[in-house]
Parts: sequence; structure tokens; C-alpha cells
Amino acid sequence: MPGLGTSFGRGGSTTAPQDLANSDAILIMGSSMAENHPVGFQWVIEAREKNGAKVIHVDPRFTRTSAMADYWLPLRAGSDIVFLGALVNYVLQGERDFREYVVHYTNASTILREDFRDTEDLGGLFSGWDKEKQKYDPESWLYEGSPAKNTASPAGHADAGGGHGKDRGGEAGEMSKRRQDKTLQHPRCVYQVVKKHFSRYTPEMVERTCGITKEKFLEIAEVFVSNAGPERTGAICYAVGWTQHSDGVQIIRTAAILQLLLGNVGRPGGGIMALRGHASIQGSTDVPTLYDILPGYIPMPFFEADSHKLKDYIKKHRASTGWWHNFDKYIVSILKAWYGEAAAEDNDWGFNWLPRVTGDHSHFGYWLDMADAKLEGLFVMGQNPAVGAANSRLERKAMAQLKWLVVREMVETETAAFWHDGPEIERGELRPEDIGTEIFFLPAAGHAEKDGSFTNTQRLIQFHQQAVDPPGDCRSELWFMYHLGRRLKAKAADDRRPRNTGLRALTWDYGTHGQHAEPNIREVLREINGYTVGDGKHVAGYRDLAADGSTACGCWIYSGIFPTPDDLKIEQRKPNGRYGHGWAYAWPSDRRILYNRASARPDGKPWSERKALVWWDENEKKWTGHDTPDFTPDKAPDYRPKKNAKGDDALGGDKPFIMHSDGEGWIYVPSGLKDGPLPAHYEPFESPVANALYPEHGENPAAQKKERPDNAYAFSPGDARFPYVLTTYRLTEHHTAGGMSRTLSHLAELQPELFCEISPQLAQELSIEHGAWATISTPRGIIEARALVTSRMLPLAIEGRWVHQVGLPYHWGFRGLVKGDVVNDLIAISEEPNVRIMETKGLLCNVRAGRRPGGKGDLQQLKKEMNHPA
Amino acid sequence: MSPVTAFLTDSTICIGCKACEVACKEWNGIKADGLEFSGFSYDNTGAVGHSTWRHVKFVEQGPVIGLGGNALEFPAWGFSSDVCKHCEVAGCLEACPTGSIVRTEFGGVYIQPDVCNGCAYCVVACPFGVVERNQSDGRAFKCTFCYDRQKVGLTPACATACPTESIKFGEISELRETAQARVEALHERGVEDARIYDPRDSSVGGTHSIFILRGDPRTYNLPPQPRVPGEYMSAGWTSAAIAAGAMLAGALIAFLGDSRR
Amino acid sequence: MLKDLLSRWPVYRQMTEGGDGTGPEAMSDATRNLLPKHYGADIARSVCPYCAVGCGQLVFHKNNQLISIEGDPESPISRGRLCPKGADSFELLTHPGRELKVKYRRPYSKVWEALDLETAMDMIADRVWEVREASFQENKDGESLMQTLAMAHLGGATLDIEENYLIKKLFTGGLGMVCLSNQARI
Repeated sequence: MPGLGTSFGRGGSTTAPQDLANSDAILIMGSSMAENHPVGFQWVIEAREKNGAKVIHVDPRFTRTSAMADYWLPLRAGSDIVFLGALVNYVLQGERDFREYVVHYTNASTILREDFRDTEDLGGLFSGWDKEKQKYDPESWLYEGSPAKNTASPAGHADAGGGHGKDRGGEAGEMSKRRQDKTLQHPRCVYQVVKKHFSRYTPEMVERTCGITKEKFLEIAEVFVSNAGPERTGAICYAVGWTQHSDGVQIIRTAAILQLLLGNVGRPGGGIMALRGHASIQGSTDVPTLYDILPGYIPMPFFEADSHKLKDYIKKHRASTGWWHNFDKYIVSILKAWYGEAAAEDNDWGFNWLPRVTGDHSHFGYWLDMADAKLEGLFVMGQNPAVGAANSRLERKAMAQLKWLVVREMVETETAAFWHDGPEIERGELRPEDIGTEIFFLPAAGHAEKDGSFTNTQRLIQFHQQAVDPPGDCRSELWFMYHLGRRLKAKAADDRRPRNTGLRALTWDYGTHGQHAEPNIREVLREINGYTVGDGKHVAGYRDLAADGSTACGCWIYSGIFPTPDDLKIEQRKPNGRYGHGWAYAWPSDRRILYNRASARPDGKPWSERKALVWWDENEKKWTGHDTPDFTPDKAPDYRPKKNAKGDDALGGDKPFIMHSDGEGWIYVPSGLKDGPLPAHYEPFESPVANALYPEHGENPAAQKKERPDNAYAFSPGDARFPYVLTTYRLTEHHTAGGMSRTLSHLAELQPELFCEISPQLAQELSIEHGAWATISTPRGIIEARALVTSRMLPLAIEGRWVHQVGLPYHWGFRGLVKGDVVNDLIAISEEPNVRIMETKGLLCNVRAGRRPGGKGDLQQLKKEMNHPA
Repeated sequence: MSPVTAFLTDSTICIGCKACEVACKEWNGIKADGLEFSGFSYDNTGAVGHSTWRHVKFVEQGPVIGLGGNALEFPAWGFSSDVCKHCEVAGCLEACPTGSIVRTEFGGVYIQPDVCNGCAYCVVACPFGVVERNQSDGRAFKCTFCYDRQKVGLTPACATACPTESIKFGEISELRETAQARVEALHERGVEDARIYDPRDSSVGGTHSIFILRGDPRTYNLPPQPRVPGEYMSAGWTSAAIAAGAMLAGALIAFLGDSRR
Repeated sequence: MLKDLLSRWPVYRQMTEGGDGTGPEAMSDATRNLLPKHYGADIARSVCPYCAVGCGQLVFHKNNQLISIEGDPESPISRGRLCPKGADSFELLTHPGRELKVKYRRPYSKVWEALDLETAMDMIADRVWEVREASFQENKDGESLMQTLAMAHLGGATLDIEENYLIKKLFTGGLGMVCLSNQARI
């Protein structure tokens, strides 16, 4: 999400699947949309059938999406930035950018500091690299004239720093103080710097690195680039095929640069569609169960980086211009929602009752601690890391080090069963009688057995109604959390030590109903929406929030979902208009296409009739159109801010990216990213080839390998023991780690067994027969799968030799109706620097004909593979 | 008057997701029929049968770099959802000796499970190999055309679920027009091998399951000229009559010859 | 009575109603009275729990029993359609492999045991309290820390936003847990 957040201002998808129907070209890359979002894909089909839109699929494998595309380009997993960078270069070299859009709506004209150095100058590093600390000091990345924030470490760059806060995109501070060259000629203006930066990302480089011939690249580049401008738009769809790389955020950034240059953001049929894979994955970052943010992308206070005074914390994170000027209102309103009456001005609204972040408390961060027996208790709710997480072997073994584990699920997942079932038990690595973990398995209610809301891939919050009571002991997580909280608050009730002040103050007086005392969900929703403290009335939206303690609001971006007690907007089901307003509610303020001010020219008129979306109505003196304007409704196009104006008032009437302090789309990101202001191609941690662009820096220097004996790596570039590129993915017929699909007969029968997809050429080389078993290994693990030999997998010519890719769907495990080896046993735990995501889409493996030996023999075999070159 | 309805399965926009298979099984309460890995591309349910009433066939032909599967030149990975054809002249219905198989007011062919005695005459009489006996209870099963749903004006489960509207459902004459227009549009776009499969000039006399396909229908297990056994009936009766006549004549000749002696 | 019986005989019906014995005249009572299984059922408006497209679902139910789940045709997000997973949501909630009871495993035990839900809740609350007590750090270098690193939480992308809200509020805002994570990354 920081990829989108730093580029545009918000981490959410800029568009909606339905709007793809208005596209003239759709580039699907890092996603097999037809396969994994079949119902969303109907709009791609509609664009193709109704507008004659061209559909381009770029993917290592020929998938069901490729089968529906006009063009398919196979690329070597992990070479995405070269391909996208070459598209950017194609636009810039041919001056094919949408110039009027670029000049007015992006930071292309902004001049950078003299001491900024690009990767092209420093052989693969940006200026500010601290070799000792292995991280960047980003100060030289700022705009010329922007004062650096006077804090110990720049926002988002704390050692412990997670990246979700950067979804805000607006923390850079005084970005409005800068110099510009509207002619885009200044050698240090963003446009020229970016042009120079990508000048080596040529079609020839694509051919060398990605395995796509120069001619094919040029043909398809022209298809996408020609569908831009006032009359036409193109969209880009991605999913975890981009994000699960050691430079995942920067891949998305490259796409953002391309879309800004082509003027495709904020316009119908344009934008970047982030396709998310779980029902509420957007919701679980908006209202986060994450360590580094509070609801609404408010950063958690970091022990070292953030002061212990609320005033200083606000000073640091509040922007003087742009929407984040309102930061203080949002944090104070959360504190009021959580700590109620006890939160007062003289105790900083309870700011110091919030825990401080002191390190990497993300999944992998704490799981490695767990493996080292530093963690005692764990709750797992609706996730199955024993199958679904990278290095699942390590994940399973780590749980044996816990004192206690609580699993809430609908079935006994591999995570709940690790102690009596699975490869470690079979191999004798773990024995139940040696495992001291106390385990509570609590059955969970399903979606039709409870009221609640999911936030979908397009930021749409949809309420689902309860149909029946959950059976037996099954309960909602709402029930579980409420009743657990009730018990813990009771324990703290008479305990006045400081540690319990926050817990005692925590507002937890939700009413309950029914035989199981289910908490009243509308009371929780009212708190999320916000209310005035004095009279308890619902606030109409986040514009009503205040920093003086008079309002409480659990998640400011969701404010407006429940404006009055009888109007729960996320439950409304009366769609109207082109974007289905009246059906549920999209954050923020029911805007369906973000930054839609950019769909009109600077003077407020649509770029073209065909692509009209939101425009200025001169008679009514307000913005109007098919969508809710993502803009102050009555701010005229010719509005110009007064000197020293603050907040939204500081942005002109032609600045569509209102979350950014300069109101512009960021082709160049001056602050907020840990691995550079511009994307640069780095090879995956395990790659068959050296980095052709920056030979001295094969890998993303800021990413972390977390290398240790139980998380070992192959040599890179090139390891004779592990010569093939491995990439993992999902299938239509299953869902993630399989707990919701391998257990169901009607899905299990459709894809009953784990398979590996290999090319006929590789199958012949290794004497593997179609349908027979193959064993796949990496330095982390060894698994077996049925061989699906298919010409949908093609060997690619990279750097003058053939590179074979091996595809593995990762849904199987040792429980359920259909079982299979755990593919994630092969994957390393690694962390992309901004969001700490692992690299699953490109790594190295070995493949052999036949089954793995089984039992202890597996470990011997793996040892053998490690010791003897293939 | 109930409308005469049909499926139009447009394989050119089928994404091979198998939602139709699952929606059908869920609605009709059909059990899974095996958890075997087939190795036939992504198809593990094999064919339409007693426990799979909708089945998506996967045809891999090998891709070409630069051309997606939707390219004019090259259907690299084809998907098509097969189903009972609900023939206008239905072999199964003609063969059924118990009156279990009936034609509904919507034009579909429906096996009444409470009447079927499992004789399996219908199984061999189906020119598409659709009807199959369930070995456990002996009765024959196939797509019901969601007769229960149609009775209250609902669309069959498969067509309801289909994400891309590859499976359309509606009044048959309208769907025939839709199919015609669609194929013409595809031809115009350069998809020259697009065709309608609706064997009206064969002995099944047209079907209530029309398909739009690319290339040879045999690729998708569809016979170009399906034949119902009833087609041979008049010839059979004629032959029988001639044979009977000949026997009679022979007997007569023998008798007369004998009497002359 | 006799007439009634007779009228159910297809031959009689064929004689009186016409037809060739393959139409309505050959239909059994069951066929004639056939209705969809969700006829007259109550409907809850729901959302598919699998991927993030957010397809609308109609959940048919009666007398606290689920009957079937299908796409919601009014949803502008999905227009009534579902993928194979969404189409299998009824099985997700009703399949025999679903766990309906609390299961408890003692340290070093080889077996699951049954446990009462309320007892389990009490025990979990006790475990949380013990670990928090032993691991909580109120201050570091004289500055407020208010943190425990000894307990963690994983999951959220499949849960409701209201549930995520209470998880974050209680675990982080109340208990001082910072090790919270879920599937969401970028």
C-alpha cells in the first residue's frame, strides 16, 4: 500500500473493478485476475466486448487470464521493474506523456536538491545510503527548498518502522515550499531526473532480463501507451504477484509513475486496481490488526522516533498543508473513543497509555522470536500460517516453543494440528510428548452466522446480515473479544498500577443480545463512525471531528458510514448511477474513484465527453458528476491559496491529490519510502542471473533476508544446486491456505492434488513424465507434487541462456479432504523494507523426478541436495 | 403459457472457473464424485455424468508469445462448459419405458427420480453420453434444467452463478438470435472460426443447449452430427415389415410349392 | 377417491388430457408439486467471505436453518454472480468437517480433550493475565513504554472490521500488545 500511498496519497486501490468496463486498455500484471477474482473479471470481459479494449497479460505462466487476453507476454519472475521501467522509458523517450496532466497534476516540474544522487550515478544506490546501518538517510531526496523535519529520525525511517503508516503518503512535511520549472527542462526537475533514471530500461534490456523479445515488447508498449490522453484511458491491475517481492512496493511505484505520466489516474477506465485476496484485507489495514498503525493509517507511536508528548507526536506527523493537517483531530478522536471520560487534555488524552513500538513486531519479526522461545502466548484468528506463511516449516516448529496458543477457526487447520500431525511429526522432528504448548481451539462462526462488515478490494464497506445462529460453541470474533475483554477488565478493576490505567479506562460498555450475549454490533459501528462526546450523537463524517476532545471516532476514514442511528450506510442496498452509489459505502466519503478531480482539466471541464467523470458546475459553483467529488465540493478550479494558508486551504483548485502536502501525484517520492524515491530494478534474493542494470547491487539493499540456519538461502546469482526459478500462486478452485476450500467436497474434487507446472522441455531434461511425481527442493525444504507438464510454461532466453520456471499453487496441507505437501515449506522468510512482505514470486529451486523419500529420509535428501551440486 | 427456454453457452468468454459445476452441485445437492487427479489440464471431473451435470472442458493447444488466448489467431487454452443438450428429439425420452423421462413446459427434458427404475435404456439412447446411472442406487441422472427453479421463474443455478455470463439462459428464439449476432460480431472482429453449435439439421432436431465455439466441435466432445436411435426407427420398422413380408412370402411359396406336389 | 387415484395414473391422464405420454400427463405428483428448496424462505443479504471482490450473496434460511446461498442479483459489485468458491459457501457453513465444539490440548498431551466454552474463556483470560503480568514493561529509560512483547496476535483479513476494531482496541489499546499482524501487507 505504500506504493500507492506515497504516489497518490492513499494506500487504497484508486479505482473499482466495475470501472474497468470503461477502459480502452487493461494491463494485468502480477495478477491472474480471471483465475483469482473471476467475478471481478466480468468487467474486463465487458470492456473487451463493448469497447474493444485491449487486454494485456504479463505473467511468467500462461494462465486462465492469459487465455482471455489479447496479448500475453511471459516474463521471468522478478524482472517486473525492468519491464515497467521500460514502459516508462518508452513514454518519456517518445514524449508520449499527457503533458497538460503531467504539468498540472504531478510533481514532474518540481526541482530536486543538488545533493541528490540517483542509482545511475552511484551504481545502484541512491544518495544517503548508510553502509553500516544498512539503511538510507532520505534527507537528500527532498525537494529543493523543503525544510527537513527536525526530528531524530525522519518519519517512516525508524529502525522499527513499518510501512503501513506511509499509506498516508503525506508525512513529508513542508512539501509546498519548493521550486518548479513548468517547462520541465530544468536538469534537476523530477521529469528530467526520472527520464535519465529510466534511460537504461530499454527494450533491449527487457529482452536480456525479462525474456521478452524487443519486438514483442515494442508492439505491446504501443498498445498500452496509445490508449491514453484526453479521449482514452488505460488501467493497470495487480495483486500479490507484484507485492510478494523484495522490491514489491517499488514495482507498484513504477506502475504509478507510468499511470501518472499517461494521465490515467482519477479518470474513468484508468487508475491502478489493487486486487486483494481476502474478504476484508483492505478492512484489516484500514482498521488494522497490524503493529505499526492505528485505525485510519494513524502511525503507532514508536519508542525512539516519536516523542512521549502528544503535542510533539502530532507535530511530527501532521502536515501543514494538505488533508493531513487534520491529523490532530483524528488521533485525539481515537483516544477519546478508546479511553472515554478518562482521556483528558491534562493526560494527553491517554496518549501514554498506548504501547510504544520498539522493533519489528510484524508477523515474521515476532515469529522468529517465537522460534527462539521469546514469545509465550499467541492468538490466531482466521489465518493458517502452518500452510500459508513463508517458511511454514519454521512457522510450525516455532509454535512448539509457545506456552499457549489460541486458534479460532471453522475447522481444525494445520495451525491447530501442528502438534500431532504434519511433516515434522512424520519426520520425528517434533513429538507431541515433547511439546509443552497448551492449545485452545475455539470454533468460529461463519459469515452468515453473524452481522458484520467486510471492506472489499475497492474500499467498499459492505455489511453482511446474520441469517442463523452459529451452531454449538461457534461464536463470532466480536463475541470472543468482547467477553475476553470483559474478563480482563474485571481483573484490572481494582488494580491501580499505571499499566492498568488504560485498560481500566478502555470503553467496553457495549450492550449484548441473544442467548449467547452477542455484543451489539451497531454500538461498535457507532464508535467507529464517531460521535460527539457531549450528547453521544453520531457525527455525519470526518469533517465534524475535533482535536479538543469533544468528539470520539474509532477510525476517521470510516466516519460517515453511520451518520444517524437509523441510517447505516454500509447496509444500504439501493444502487443507482454509473458507480452504484446507494449500495454500501466506500471510504472516504463514498468516493468510488479516488482523485477524480483529475478527470477534469485544470479549468474544471472534462478532458473529453467520453471520459467525463467529475467536473465544475459554474452555475451551481460546485463540483458535480457521476461520482462523489474527491475534492472540497465548492473549491473553484481557479482557487489559489493565500500565502501561509494551512491544510486543504493551502491547495489550489487544480490540485487533485489532496492528501499530499503539495496536492500533486508523486512521480518522484521525496519522503516516505525506505528503499529510494524512485524504483530501481533489483534481482530477487535468489536469482539465476546477476543484476544487468546494477551489477554491484544484485538485491534490494534495504530489504532483509533474515538469514539463519532454519531460513537458509541459495547462492545468488546462480546456484548450480538450485537452477530453476520457482514461483507460487493460487488457483480459482481453492482459497489461500485451504482451510476454506480443501475441506469442501465440491472444491476439493476440482483440484484434488498438489501439482507443479513445468515445461515439456524441462520435463524432458529431467525425465519427468506428465502426471508422475516430482520432488522440488530449496534450502528451506523439500516437497513432492504431481507433474503437470504443459507448454503453458515456457523456458525463457535470459542473458543468452535458457531459464526454466517452475510453478506451484500453494493451497495444500496435511489436513482436509484433499492433502498435499506444503509449498510454503520452500519459501524463505524475508522482508521487503517498507511493508515487511516476503518474497514468494521469484526464488530458486531444484526439481527431480520421483517422490521424496518420506520420513527422516526427507531431511537426509535435503542435506544431500545442499551438499552436492546438481 | 410458459416460455420455451434454453442455455446459450458462449465458450469464447468462458474463463474456466467451474462456478457452474459447483453452483449446480450445491443447488441440486449432488455429492462430489471422486478426488482423483486426472492430469488433463485443470480438469479433474472428467465429463458430464450422473454426479456432474455441468462440466468444464479444458483444451490446451500451446500458447505463442505475444498472443493471448483471446487473440484472433490462436485459442491457446479453450474452456467450454458442457451440459445436457435437452434435445428437441430426445433419445433418452424416447427410450424410457417407464414414463420417468418427461418434457417440461419449458422444453427441457426431465428425469423424474421417483419414477425412474434404473433400466438404463436412456443411457445408451443419448447421443451425447450425458445420461448416466448412479451405481449406488441404480437410477439415471442428468441435468434437470433446474426445473424446480424455472417453475417459479428463476434462472438455473449454473447460469445464475456464471461470472462472465458465458452461460446465458432465456427464451430459446431470443437466444438463437443472440447467438447469431454474437457469432457475426466475432467474425467481423476476425474470429473466423467462431461458430454456433445447435444441431437442428440432425436427428436431434436442435437442442435447448446452444453453444458458441471456436473451431471443430469435436474438440469439445460435441458430435458434429448427433443421432438419436429413434432416427433408425422408421427404417427399422420398414426392414422388419419387409422381413416379415418376405418370411410370409417364403412360407407361402413353400406351402404352395408343397401343395403342388 | 377412486377418481383421484385414477387421475394419478398416467395412462388415464394421457387419455383424458391428450399428449403422447412424455409431457405433463406423465408427471408424478412429486414432479407436479416440485418447488425450489428455498421457496418461501427468509433471506439475509450477505457478502461472500472468500476473496476481496465482495460479491453480494442471498442467504436463504428458515427456522434458524440454512437452506442455500446464491448470488445477489441486485449487487452492482457482482451482478448476482459467484465464482466456484462463492458458489460453495453453503457447504462452507454446513460441511461435516466443521468443528462445533471447543477442543483443548494440555501441554505434552497426545490428545484433544473436550472443554466447556465458558471455562475455556476463563482459562484464556487467566493465561493472558499471567503473561502480561510477567512481561509488561511500563517504562524504559524513564519514558512510558506500556508494552508487552510476550503475546502476539495473527489474523484479520478474513474477519469483520468490527472484530478487527475490538482486537486492536483491546489488545493494543488495553493490554499493551504490539505484536499484531495479519495477512495484509501491500
